[in-house]
Amino acid sequence: MKQIKRKRDAAALNSRLIRRPIQRMVWLFLLPTFAAFCIGFLYPFLQGVFLSFCKFKVISQWDWVWFGNYIKAFSDSSFLHAFWFTALFAFVSVLFINTLAFAVAYALTQGIKGSNLFRTVFFMPNLIGGIVLGYIWSMIFDGILVKYNTSVVLNSKFGFWGLIILICWQQVGYMMIIYIAGLQAVPEDMLEAARIDGATRWQTLWKVTIPNMMSSFTICIFLTLTNGFKLFDQNLALTAGRPFLQQADGSVIKTTEMLALNIYNSFYSSSGNNRGTAQAKAVLFFVLVAAIGLIQLRSTRKKEVQQ
Amino acid sequence: MRNTLKTREDRRKMVLTVVFAVICIIYVLPILIVLINSFKSNAAVNTETFALPNEDTFMGLQNYIKGMTFGSYPFIKAVFYSLFITIVSSALILLCTSMAAWYVARVGSLFSKIVYYLCVFSMVVPFQMVMFTLSRTANKLHLDTPWTIPVVYLGFGAGLAVFMFAGFVKSIPLEIEEAAAIDGCGPLRTFFLVVLPMMKPTFISVGVLEIMWVWNDFLLPFLVLDINDYRTIPIVVQYLKGSYGQVDMGATMALILLSIIPVIIFYLCCQKHIIKGVAAGAVKG
Repeated sequence: MKQIKRKRDAAALNSRLIRRPIQRMVWLFLLPTFAAFCIGFLYPFLQGVFLSFCKFKVISQWDWVWFGNYIKAFSDSSFLHAFWFTALFAFVSVLFINTLAFAVAYALTQGIKGSNLFRTVFFMPNLIGGIVLGYIWSMIFDGILVKYNTSVVLNSKFGFWGLIILICWQQVGYMMIIYIAGLQAVPEDMLEAARIDGATRWQTLWKVTIPNMMSSFTICIFLTLTNGFKLFDQNLALTAGRPFLQQADGSVIKTTEMLALNIYNSFYSSSGNNRGTAQAKAVLFFVLVAAIGLIQLRSTRKKEVQQ
Repeated sequence: MRNTLKTREDRRKMVLTVVFAVICIIYVLPILIVLINSFKSNAAVNTETFALPNEDTFMGLQNYIKGMTFGSYPFIKAVFYSLFITIVSSALILLCTSMAAWYVARVGSLFSKIVYYLCVFSMVVPFQMVMFTLSRTANKLHLDTPWTIPVVYLGFGAGLAVFMFAGFVKSIPLEIEEAAAIDGCGPLRTFFLVVLPMMKPTFISVGVLEIMWVWNDFLLPFLVLDINDYRTIPIVVQYLKGSYGQVDMGATMALILLSIIPVIIFYLCCQKHIIKGVAAGAVKG
């Protein structure tokens, strides 16, 4: 009873000393950010959800069409193709980036000479923007492929693997930094205990090190997966969806076009006739990215708890 | 016995060092190739990408001169706009969101909780979702110049920043702020003299993430800014290469190199902070 009273006193003191004065200055502390947040996110987001149920060309003139846009989006073969292409890309890139990044991080924490220099070099491509990266690699790929009389924009397989190489080059360094932080946080006494018990290097890695740094895996897989799904700049700069495939019914499938680029193209090309459909695609895209993020976080977090 | 084990370990490390040295050279090769090609003539870039420039293909600084004024848009202007937008947006985000996060973390009212969860929610929303409506809203409110676009960045980037700052504020003991309040500090002085200095590590994390994002961002400024008057570096590069037909690859490479140089200088200067910031930021996120 006494304790409860003391707690309440403390809370009252808090609210008098800290809470109230801050609360009185809400216009200074919170409102600028909140106003910008409304302009830059909240209002556009709600308007976007609303417009996905409308047929519109400019925002002020809209006709409510219920789920018409969503039906159109699902029957758009280029959108479905972009979805499968993106899903495959995200899966492969998660696999490659995380394997490489963990391998590099593990090697660089073994106390070899020049670790810091190597780390610096591996991280560097991260600071270069997607557009510039795309053009650097399109030059390199074309420089190689020109010897075989082809180009990265002529074959969708080249486009796919080109994007994978590019994204690995960019993101391995970033994930490596996170893995290194995780590796350094593994308790030294556990490793020592394993060594004394006669565990091999491999056993120590699988049974002690990795289970102790599952949170690094969670965050890295989450980041690479959502980055893979949201990829835009690199896609636009490297292939812009080429090569194009003419369908029997006259529609065109851009074989290396990913979801974000597909949405962008349906907004801004073909004179803005499909903006309703584009907005519906954008909503679907958002639901997809959010759902993947949540499922992935939950499933890896479970593994963290178990050990 | 001990001795052989040790030498074997040493040899293993030596081999690893050599292997990584080779990988590192391969890793920076793309940038070296850009450097080489920025001195070559257009035709040579396409056919002999990996050769060093020779007497026929060497262009000197001509590519750079051409690139600086390409598409009748002076490159130096784009550099200025990129720098301005990046610095002002990052500073605005850091200042405003740290204050907002302190409010959200210390005032447990319904409104502050709603703001916090909206911020968390906004982190999973991809830009394409709000792309069209955001660019129209920004145009309507005349936020479509480099001088006002930081407001848009603050709005769209607030989520992650508020989340990270609020996470940090919750981990600092309330007693310090209480002591400041008892000593007669108002909220403003408490924040700027007591809370802000403690936030320094998170400041660096958020700052690094925001600078990297804004400097490299292409789509947001491309859609929001009036492209005829204002272009940032990624937009200039995209225009240069995206215009089909006669693309001068030599000039493109020169521009790409010019756009990478400031980034690399920035990186080499604050390398330690950047790497630490990324590691710390990821653990909290």
